[in-house]
Amino acid sequence: MSDPKKTALYNAHLKYGGKVVNYSGWELPVQYEGLTAEHEAVRNFAGIFDVSHMGEVEIKGKQATDFINNLVTNDISIMSDNQVMYALMCYPTGGIVDDLLVYKYTDDDYMLVINAGNVDKDFQWMKDNVGNYDVELNHISDIVSEIALQGPKAEEILQELTDTKLSEIAFFHLKKDVKIAGRSCIVSRTGYTGEDGFEIYMKHEDAEYIWDKIFEAGKDKGLKPAGLGCRDTLRFEATLPLYGNELSPEITPLEAGFGMFVKLNKTNFIGKEVLDKQKAEGLKRKIVGFEMVGPGIPRHGYDVLSNGKNIGFVTTGYNSPTLKKNIGLAMVNIEYSELDTPIEIQIRKNTVGAKVISRKFYNKNYKK
Amino acid sequence: METKTGLLYSNDHEWVRVEGEKAYIGVTDYAQHALGEIVYVELPGIDDELNAGDVFGVIESVKAASDSYLPISGKVLEVNEALSDSPQLINEDPYGSWILSIEITDKDSLDSLMNEQEYIEFCSKEE
Repeated sequence: MSDPKKTALYNAHLKYGGKVVNYSGWELPVQYEGLTAEHEAVRNFAGIFDVSHMGEVEIKGKQATDFINNLVTNDISIMSDNQVMYALMCYPTGGIVDDLLVYKYTDDDYMLVINAGNVDKDFQWMKDNVGNYDVELNHISDIVSEIALQGPKAEEILQELTDTKLSEIAFFHLKKDVKIAGRSCIVSRTGYTGEDGFEIYMKHEDAEYIWDKIFEAGKDKGLKPAGLGCRDTLRFEATLPLYGNELSPEITPLEAGFGMFVKLNKTNFIGKEVLDKQKAEGLKRKIVGFEMVGPGIPRHGYDVLSNGKNIGFVTTGYNSPTLKKNIGLAMVNIEYSELDTPIEIQIRKNTVGAKVISRKFYNKNYKK
Repeated sequence: METKTGLLYSNDHEWVRVEGEKAYIGVTDYAQHALGEIVYVELPGIDDELNAGDVFGVIESVKAASDSYLPISGKVLEVNEALSDSPQLINEDPYGSWILSIEITDKDSLDSLMNEQEYIEFCSKEE
């Protein structure tokens, strides 16, 4: 492994008391004040996250729409300009290459936002699938910083720093060249927490300046700098998947329970054949929610059992900071996926009782 | 970081309070800071016979589960049941919140532990 990379906000993290760890090859704060305090700040007020580790790829050209539509599971042909769409990229096997956000500027100009740990793999996969499409791919991760401002107070805080009327940026829409504290940014009403909020893209040299300005504007409104620790608990409670947990090359989007982002009525896309078949034959396993009945916290990778027989694995589990319960997501054989089915989680040497519950742990507070 | 006079300390940031043949064991202030907010403690079974270096319990923050290693050999006499309902007591009062008590089976193993001054010095190098 090469040395971990630093984002343009590295010095800001130290200044704000961040506890920096190596995450997907990046030196990023796992927390500042504390995971639970930051989690609660985002749920009740606001939090700012450095998400500059995320990758960005520009796709331009006459056939950009067709190229992306072949690459991803969702139907991006129905997008309007300045819209954002969540989608997944699959292998021909139906397994997942990555999940991503598609930013549409115009019919021939897009940006794809991909996961930090998959940047090289994804870019190679995109290039490998260009074929005869008339498109140009630009990997721009190295010149883009990204800050997420999330929480019910996000709009109020950001509005203090811009003349753009933020209420006019609708959920899963974007606006280019928004001046935040005088610096040009791309702003989208998107996020990974289950709360209202924005993801803001900027040049590296503007990142720390904008971070400081947002902090100043928000600190009296309950805003806290927020680390990767609460980013994961927040996304988990909102049942937003994480690549490497709920999503992987061995898991299809249908098994993961994100079929709503797979448009099998599209003529073609990579992986469609297998997913069509899986849909027709029915799933053999899927990701369910569960709650512990006995003591212990379920964690990623723990085995799921029924009467001592292995029936699956935990994809993510936590003592939920919002719900104060030990809950998780698990991939289980289909016959154990009904609500209220008793299952067991192997927690170290103990086999502990649990039951299947709805995956809707937390009601998302999006502004639609 | 706080320490407490009269306790012995391990490399794994546990404290030991010896009372005759019996020892109370918990985790230090340094450890509770490093662990973050504690949300669950898995306790050992009464009468379990454990060797120095064995895992006697697991302390979990929201983020992760961390094994706790027994610094000296012994037989488990009591576990602090209050931690089952209120694991955050370890954060609030690490030296008042013992996790278990043991009957010391090998007094020599106490020799490998540090006194307060040695432990303060040890922690200063851990940073």
